[in-house]
Amino acid sequence: MEEMLFYDRMQFAFTITFHYLFPQLTMGLSLIVVYFKWRFLKTNDPHYNKATHFWMRIFAINFAMGVVTGIPMEFQFGTNWAKFSELTGGIIGQTLAMEGMFSFFLESSFLGMFLFAEKILGHRWHFVTGLLICLGSWASGYLIIATHSWMQHPVGYEILENGKFVLTNFSALFTNVWVWPSYLHNQAASMVTSSFVVAGIGAFYILNNRNVSYGKLFLKTGVVFGLVSSLVVAMPTGDLLAKNVVKYQPVTFAAMEGIFHTEEKGAEIVLIGQPDVKDKKLDNKIAVPNVLSFLTYGNWNTEVKGLDQFPEDTHPTNISGLYYAYHIMVGLGTLFIGMTLLAIFQLMRGRLFQTKWLLWAFMFMMPFPYIANITGWYTAELGRQPWLVYNLMRTADGASPTVSSGNTLFTLMGFVGLYALLGMLFAILIGKIIYKGPEPEKH
Amino acid sequence: MEFFWYVVLIVILGTYVVLDGYDFGAGIIHLFFAKTEKQKKAITNSIGPFWDANEVWLIAGGGILFYAFPTLYAASFSGFYLPLIMILWLLIFRAIGLELRGQFQHHMWEAVWDKAFGIASLLLALFFGMALGNVVRGVNLGMVVNGVSTQEPHYFFLPLWNSSFSPQSSQLGIIDWFTLFLGVVSVVSLMIHGANWIIYKTSSDLNPKLKEIIYKLNFVLLGLVIISLSVWHMIEKDPFHNFIENPILFIFPLITFIGLFGLFRVKNFKKDGTGFVFSTLFLVGGFTSTTASIFPVVLPSTNSINPSLTIYNVANEPYALSVGVYWFAIAFVLVIAYFIIQYKVFSGKMDDVGYGEH
Repeated sequence: MEEMLFYDRMQFAFTITFHYLFPQLTMGLSLIVVYFKWRFLKTNDPHYNKATHFWMRIFAINFAMGVVTGIPMEFQFGTNWAKFSELTGGIIGQTLAMEGMFSFFLESSFLGMFLFAEKILGHRWHFVTGLLICLGSWASGYLIIATHSWMQHPVGYEILENGKFVLTNFSALFTNVWVWPSYLHNQAASMVTSSFVVAGIGAFYILNNRNVSYGKLFLKTGVVFGLVSSLVVAMPTGDLLAKNVVKYQPVTFAAMEGIFHTEEKGAEIVLIGQPDVKDKKLDNKIAVPNVLSFLTYGNWNTEVKGLDQFPEDTHPTNISGLYYAYHIMVGLGTLFIGMTLLAIFQLMRGRLFQTKWLLWAFMFMMPFPYIANITGWYTAELGRQPWLVYNLMRTADGASPTVSSGNTLFTLMGFVGLYALLGMLFAILIGKIIYKGPEPEKH
Repeated sequence: MEFFWYVVLIVILGTYVVLDGYDFGAGIIHLFFAKTEKQKKAITNSIGPFWDANEVWLIAGGGILFYAFPTLYAASFSGFYLPLIMILWLLIFRAIGLELRGQFQHHMWEAVWDKAFGIASLLLALFFGMALGNVVRGVNLGMVVNGVSTQEPHYFFLPLWNSSFSPQSSQLGIIDWFTLFLGVVSVVSLMIHGANWIIYKTSSDLNPKLKEIIYKLNFVLLGLVIISLSVWHMIEKDPFHNFIENPILFIFPLITFIGLFGLFRVKNFKKDGTGFVFSTLFLVGGFTSTTASIFPVVLPSTNSINPSLTIYNVANEPYALSVGVYWFAIAFVLVIAYFIIQYKVFSGKMDDVGYGEH
């Protein structure tokens, strides 16, 4: 049983982590692509249209990867988490079915047109198809977040005698206190990823001394979008989410912040340190006194509850993992704000494109928003453990009753192999597009 | 309410069969008959802007199944665990074959992805046919051993095969002679369907030969249909009772046979799209006749202890089902609108769309 649950969780974690490398780029990038197209319509400068085409090519490959790795996600609710699907399908099936009907049809119908029918449609309608794809992918994010929010903070339900969750209030799914902070936080974080990718590739072109005019355009666009979105990630969305966690999942909050013992006279904020779960302490800790109380309650001396206040069978199952995921996310988020602020400062002084070290920094920064996004999701998901539906259904009770661990391990290995291949092919193709650049040399 | 969502599910899955059916079929034709670069390009161009949207019908079908019939979704997806995951892998292979082929002009690169695309298309057609066979044949619900259920009454698990390969064995597998037979029916009918699509959407020099192939395959298909009608009673007790009670349902088999016999005139059709209409009729008719014959059952039980799963004992609760009608109505109108726009923009012959050259 333990072994089966382990492989089920591994497979879901692995496939969702790999999958989310792609939508986090395409949701934000679709907006930037549409922005370039809009600039082209306004200025009639062919540069902007070439920039649109360049990012469209990168978008298309990422989008295709998102689609093919996304289908297994929908299937796995049934294949690996049958008990969960049976008991909660009446509720989360609703939002997932809506995602298929409202977003996937919209995206997939217009993607083909956006990619191949610019000549047939004309520029104006080409812009509109881009906008529709953007709308579809943001709607998809919304419906997934609504599903996720219900698992974190179930609302509008009733539990029958046979254990089934029944929907009693449809609109509650969308007015859940968890939905809007999570959605905006997630979408802004997706904008951060795409902004840093656009800026990073821009920096590469400037440093490489090829396609320099595009490099400047990309870097400038990237840092402006990047600054706005990294600020939104922190305030108000990140802050609101943290307050939700404090209020509704205090034990998760304690584990995230690494608070083993209740701090009655104001809690310190831990910047660095390694949790020692067995002895309930942090090693090599660097912390600032009283700041956590202030950030959480607006008062330097308010008590913050530690893990010792909660029964052990409600503690998150992987406290160290949760603590690290959260701290990596927050640390990187702070770094993104700092870097984009600096870049904007240099841009306004007219020195951004000459500040070589900053260009290098932006180029090597590209993977980090991905790490921040993924660790952010790990924070949410590890933080929900040991529950599948918070406080109501345990993860251990959600797995498929008839699928043996050997079968799950078999398919997990298959996914690892297949996705390794996909990852390599993806890297080759993206590398080729970046190498060719927005204005390929004529032959 | 259950019946409404059942019809929705059948419409969505039926549309999926017709739409992804033509691009699977085109893939099989590509594998066996496309020889020159130009012929291959014509085929991939003709499905390029569509295949992704076609697959969304499968995802939408999965979503509606999850929402309207959660117990069926949970039981069947975990019970058919291995073949479903393999279908996912094949869908991924097929998609990357189609998308990556044009990225490098090198004969080895192209050969690899041509085969990935073609073979995955062939296996998917086979697997989906077998899936239908498994649903018709039923499974050992509750995993009854010696008259005792070892699981909850709606759960089961099937291995890929058992040593007897018999649908009447007490130890069932995904692959037996009956499901394999339906897999072959699926491959043949989708080849015809795909060939019709290629004739409709391209002006390839392969088209005259494809008409010849359709004509010959149609005889094979007729033979397979006759065989299936004569063995069906071994799998399903009294397969015609629904039709006899409700003679209106005979419209579905009628559609099937119009499609089947119409295609014998494939060489005389004046318009390139006519053949596609007939193969669509055959697929729609075949799919709906099959589901109508077991209605209201959606997954039969092969033991006498646990009842078959019907749309009534696997459905979501009334409130959740009725609230969905509102959003579904809006969404479905939009879907139809996208569909019309999409096929208008990419109307006519598609040989030169330049798919995959970006």
